[in-house]
Amino acid sequence: MTGPLRIGVLAIQGDFREHAGVLRRLGADPVEVRKPEQLDGLDGLIVPGGESTAISLLIRDGLEEGLRRFRGPVFGTCAGMILLGRDHLGLVDVAVRRNAYGRQVASFEADLDLEGEAVPLRGVFIRAPRVDVIGPGVEVLAEHDGEPVLLRDGRFLVASFHPELTDDTRVHERFLDMVRAEVMAGGGTL
Amino acid sequence: MAELGTMRVKGGLAEMLKGGVIMDVTTAEQARIAEEAGAVAVMALERVPSDIRAQGGVARMADPDKIAEIQETVTIPVMAKARIGHFVEAQILEALEVDYIDESEVLTPADTAHHIDKWRFTVPFVCGCTNLGEALRRLAEGAAMIRTKGEAGTGDIVNAVTHMRSVFGSIRRLGGLAQEELYSEAKQLQAPYELVRWVAEQGRLPVVTFTAGGIATPADAALCMQLGADGVFVGSGIFKSSDPFLRAKAIVEATTHFQDAEVLARVSRGLGDPMPGLSAAALAPEELLETRGW
Repeated sequence: MTGPLRIGVLAIQGDFREHAGVLRRLGADPVEVRKPEQLDGLDGLIVPGGESTAISLLIRDGLEEGLRRFRGPVFGTCAGMILLGRDHLGLVDVAVRRNAYGRQVASFEADLDLEGEAVPLRGVFIRAPRVDVIGPGVEVLAEHDGEPVLLRDGRFLVASFHPELTDDTRVHERFLDMVRAEVMAGGGTL
Repeated sequence: MAELGTMRVKGGLAEMLKGGVIMDVTTAEQARIAEEAGAVAVMALERVPSDIRAQGGVARMADPDKIAEIQETVTIPVMAKARIGHFVEAQILEALEVDYIDESEVLTPADTAHHIDKWRFTVPFVCGCTNLGEALRRLAEGAAMIRTKGEAGTGDIVNAVTHMRSVFGSIRRLGGLAQEELYSEAKQLQAPYELVRWVAEQGRLPVVTFTAGGIATPADAALCMQLGADGVFVGSGIFKSSDPFLRAKAIVEATTHFQDAEVLARVSRGLGDPMPGLSAAALAPEELLETRGW
């Protein structure tokens, strides 16, 4: 492998700069994606938190098709998980209910047990979605109150919380490990 | 255990709104149009600023029935305005579970010296500012998001530009000061030293910073974004124009693609008439909203 991993961050709206910051800290090269052609040659892609309604409207001309065709690993947080789930792009086999914890006054942060790790992960949940149904083959990596909040489905990683809003980079590191494995296997880019 | 209303949770919602457009709405129907046009949130209010300006009188928090109706209509966040210093309006808005409270100079101030103590609330607050000192005073009171004020209800972008240049310019200048000069600078800014030092070191405000007041066209929105805003509030500019849906959609696209002149040219076409403008420079001092706030 030569050079840092090139990871796209969908930059339509939301906290894409925070994701880019974490990627930079981990030595990857973040690329803001606003048009379909910007997906070319990327090793992986992050769909950030934001307002899923607004983002889904703004990707209608072209970008949505580009996301469907993208073959590398994809990481979605909050709105990103909603967009990747069954009811939108249908790329991840989970049924997600929006704003399922309630309005902003019910937004919260809590410690999460991350699979395979002794130190808990601080989860920041903002008007967060809930995962109602999980398809077979979807792996649960973290739960909150017995409900899945971090999941992996093949080359997709999705979280209902915002690891990009804390200084803990472990979830992004896992994603970059997935990207590296894919690049080694010769997949990744289009 | 789950913790509610932490600064990270309050500011976190603003982070999710970045790069987006927050639109003033006065009815459920307008809220639906805003959501379909791609707004990231709506601001529920009784009258848009240009009507408040034209009709005069005391402008207060919106009718709770109206706020509830708008909450039932859309799934995006619903914000609402409280008068400056009117902490009971804020308590009511929190009980209604609005997603953000705007302690706003657009409404008639309820206190001539004190703003709301925003630390006491679980719901987050956004506050207006015209300069860095004012922004930092609001942050000291617990605001989780800042917007530059502009001059609401005019359709004239000039004051918004002045306020952004003032805030962002002051931040840049702070970065050039020596450590020992920051004490005196904090005094000049009438802001807490710790916040002044943080901003000097980081080169930005510790919260998301939007722009408001006078945005009427896609070009206005992109101008604010290029000057450094994280997103925009549009008040009268949408529902006082001839085709609110088309204009709202165009302003949303311009905010996302703010650096792409080809997209800006495309979305600026065929929008019909913008809101009727009012030159901010022609307003008498007592007609200005931006001077409210202390």
